[in-house]
Amino acid sequence: MTKPDINLAEQISNISRRDFIRGFALTGLVLAVGMPSALWAEGEQPKFGRDAMPNGWVDNPLVFVSIAEDGTVTIVAHRSEMGQGVRTSLPMVVADEMEADWSRVNVVQAHGDEQKFGNQNTDGSRSMRHFFMPMRNVGAAARMMLETAAAAIWAVPVSEVKAVFHEVHHEATGRVLTYGEVAQAAAKLAVPDRAELVLKNVDAFRYIGKQSNKMIDGANIVEGKAEYGIDVKRDGMVYAVVAHPPAYGDTLISYDDSDTLKVPGVIKTLTLASTPAPAVFNPLGGVVVVATNTWAAIKGREQLKIQWQSGPNAGYVTETFKKEMEKSANSQGGKVLRSVGDVYKTLAETENKLQAQYYIPHLAQAPMEPPVATAHYQNDFCELWASIQNPQAGVDTVAHWLGFKPEQVKVNVTLLGGGFGRKSKPDYMVEAALVSKALGGKPVKLTWTREDDIQHSYFHTVSVEHLEAAFDDNSRASAWLHRTVAPSISSTFDASSMNQMPMEAAMGVVNVPFDVANIQLENPAAAPHTRIGWYRSVSNIPHAFAVQSFIAEMANHVGRDHKEFLIELIGKDRKIEPKTLRDDWNYGESPKDYPLNTGRMRGVIEHVTNKANWGKKMTANSGQGLATHYSFTTYVAAVVEVAIVGDGEVTVPRIDIAVDCGPQVNPERIRSQIEGACVMGVSLALFSEITFTNGVADQNNFDGYEVARMNNGPMEIHVHIMPSTDYDAPLGGVGEPGMPPIAPALCNAIFAATGTRIRSLPVRYQLES
Amino acid sequence: MKLNINGKVHDVDLPTDTPILWTLRDELGMTGTKFGCGKALCGACTVMLDGTPIRSCSTPISFAENKTITTIEAVSEQKVGRAVQQAWLDIAVPQCGYCQSGQIVSATALLRDNPKPSDKDIDTFMSGNICRCGTYTRIREAIKVAAKNLETTHD
Repeated sequence: MTKPDINLAEQISNISRRDFIRGFALTGLVLAVGMPSALWAEGEQPKFGRDAMPNGWVDNPLVFVSIAEDGTVTIVAHRSEMGQGVRTSLPMVVADEMEADWSRVNVVQAHGDEQKFGNQNTDGSRSMRHFFMPMRNVGAAARMMLETAAAAIWAVPVSEVKAVFHEVHHEATGRVLTYGEVAQAAAKLAVPDRAELVLKNVDAFRYIGKQSNKMIDGANIVEGKAEYGIDVKRDGMVYAVVAHPPAYGDTLISYDDSDTLKVPGVIKTLTLASTPAPAVFNPLGGVVVVATNTWAAIKGREQLKIQWQSGPNAGYVTETFKKEMEKSANSQGGKVLRSVGDVYKTLAETENKLQAQYYIPHLAQAPMEPPVATAHYQNDFCELWASIQNPQAGVDTVAHWLGFKPEQVKVNVTLLGGGFGRKSKPDYMVEAALVSKALGGKPVKLTWTREDDIQHSYFHTVSVEHLEAAFDDNSRASAWLHRTVAPSISSTFDASSMNQMPMEAAMGVVNVPFDVANIQLENPAAAPHTRIGWYRSVSNIPHAFAVQSFIAEMANHVGRDHKEFLIELIGKDRKIEPKTLRDDWNYGESPKDYPLNTGRMRGVIEHVTNKANWGKKMTANSGQGLATHYSFTTYVAAVVEVAIVGDGEVTVPRIDIAVDCGPQVNPERIRSQIEGACVMGVSLALFSEITFTNGVADQNNFDGYEVARMNNGPMEIHVHIMPSTDYDAPLGGVGEPGMPPIAPALCNAIFAATGTRIRSLPVRYQLES
Repeated sequence: MKLNINGKVHDVDLPTDTPILWTLRDELGMTGTKFGCGKALCGACTVMLDGTPIRSCSTPISFAENKTITTIEAVSEQKVGRAVQQAWLDIAVPQCGYCQSGQIVSATALLRDNPKPSDKDIDTFMSGNICRCGTYTRIREAIKVAAKNLETTHD
């Protein structure tokens, strides 16, 4: 087996320029972004999916399941819950396979320990994709152990007993033992070999694939009893906030805390050193205010007089940077990502052509619960409680900063009040740990205010996307040119990185399955000027916005129906090996199990246009827009309806969205995730933007950084999930794939309604007269 | 000073400009009320003050003197609040759930004063409560379900 043509290894080794960063940046990046390690040795079989994730997967029932004598089944949820329902859905898989009664299941959250639980980095829309099968194994093994134990008690062959809904039955004699009665004996048995596991037949599923609205945390949430990171309380705990450097890379010169110390409740101030680029998950540095409550700390921070030394990004102005990126996008010469035929010759020789440039600004994830961590440092141990998507990165990063081994750090994972990628980066946990240490081991809860969150995010990148197309005599596309310019997430791990990683390029630039003879995909360089991170659906946002807007522009240019033109451009139904599109990433999944299936892409387009009654007559100032996008191994198409009211205000009366994510485990939570993605898609299409002046984000709260609300979000969302009952088929991601098609479909609808083409997000006031 | 919270009087020794939010959360350990923005922009911290929904992050405790504060922890003691919570579960409204304390308190206040709200009434009243997970369509539906259930139930 030759080493695949993939330069991730090179990318990652470039990242590790300093020894201490080596382990960290490597795991950080790999863990966090869901990149397959791709570091297999020559001659080794390449690994994909769950096998390629750091610390892989565990399916030992003794790790995940315990049964009390009263029959209560306790199942461990090892992935972080941030609204996607994973604390319900994965344990439900176990419960189903083990024939447990869900009403007698208790779910406990795993602390961060990937050696024990397998990969825990809850990111990349892959919890179910990677852990459906391991959790089925867990449940099946537990069921078989219960059956074996009961058979031994009765001294009958195990083939005569059967586990049914929390009991083991011996049909011949009518004897029954409850799970509680057999539990102790079962736990002493050897775990059956994986090869011997007998999984349930699909038609015997009780919970998997069934409609259910029972969230494990639902009752606690509606009563205000659910515990998030911000709700943690420890004995003797103090509270802290940090005055972070205004621009990324600024450093502290001096500060005067005399007024701060006069604020009732303020205990003291201390400093955290800034760390040089690359950012990785290191703390930003600054001045910490410690107080007896959060409010006193916030008030104390307001009274600080701080002198900052401007750093390398203090000149960052997004408006200027946009022009630089546009200049790069206008000319040939960037890194070539894929080249088929001769685009430049075709464009030169063709009169009938089109070009457009799109701009997508920085965004902040802005989860409703800002980053918060509580830390308790002891002499040789540090325990933390945090809303964290990536607890192992929390363990590793905190251990590094404290000079500890990972086993000297324990990270307890609370519920997350939203994550959206922000809480994959445990910089705030490091802050809490360092402050607790500086306070001589006092427990401390360190809270980011909304201002901290919006001004010091790991921002979604900023992009200029340049597209050109040529048309043949039959008005079919004969050339497709796409130049994508955006600072890369890899710059957060290697400050010199100027180009998009294969992973980013594979989010809708290289892996476009278009049936066009001449294709040229380029990536001109772009330097980072802030911490670039991932935000729900990542680079799919700008890429899908540009590509799916441009296709609508092309259809309009040649006077064709958008849907027909789009399907024609995708071409006939076929399964494409991703590598042939220069997609070496493919969301870390095997190209055999997860080819790019254009039939499924066409399927969602047909389905959604049918459901939305595509082409129906619309009232004045109203329009429908269509977009499709493949991401996280799931196929999505959306039809957005807009109505323009008043002086150019865009309203969204209806969204139809079709989702082909393969077999479904918890259809209700899939639906809710897609609904949420529609709303977040509308947020970024219409309202949200982070701009920088002199290195500082101009927005700092939900007034400047606007997001969709009840009165301006979509009125109706109709989610159409493509049926699939083949549970041997590969599963697709759900948390993110709903996002990318929304902004282009919405802007295509605006064009249909008004004839105005939006090429720069957010729409905000662009339609005002 | 004395604060009447969910029918119980608490003695708190804090500067009177301390927001109700931080008094509840850090001083009294009542963490159901959430911090979201600190500027009355997102509604995560909504509680009722003498029955009126307010943003507790921007309301100092001095405003609450001789008034009653009702938080998410006591919403179920009101018939309307109970119906709202049940509808939230029936429709499976929450995703991460963090903003839902504020959403439920707001929805309870809405239905108490306006038992049959129109879509527009709901949108206007609830527009101060941000949900980043995007549960708005379900919130709208759940408010209608709660309204219907309240109409058909009798004490």
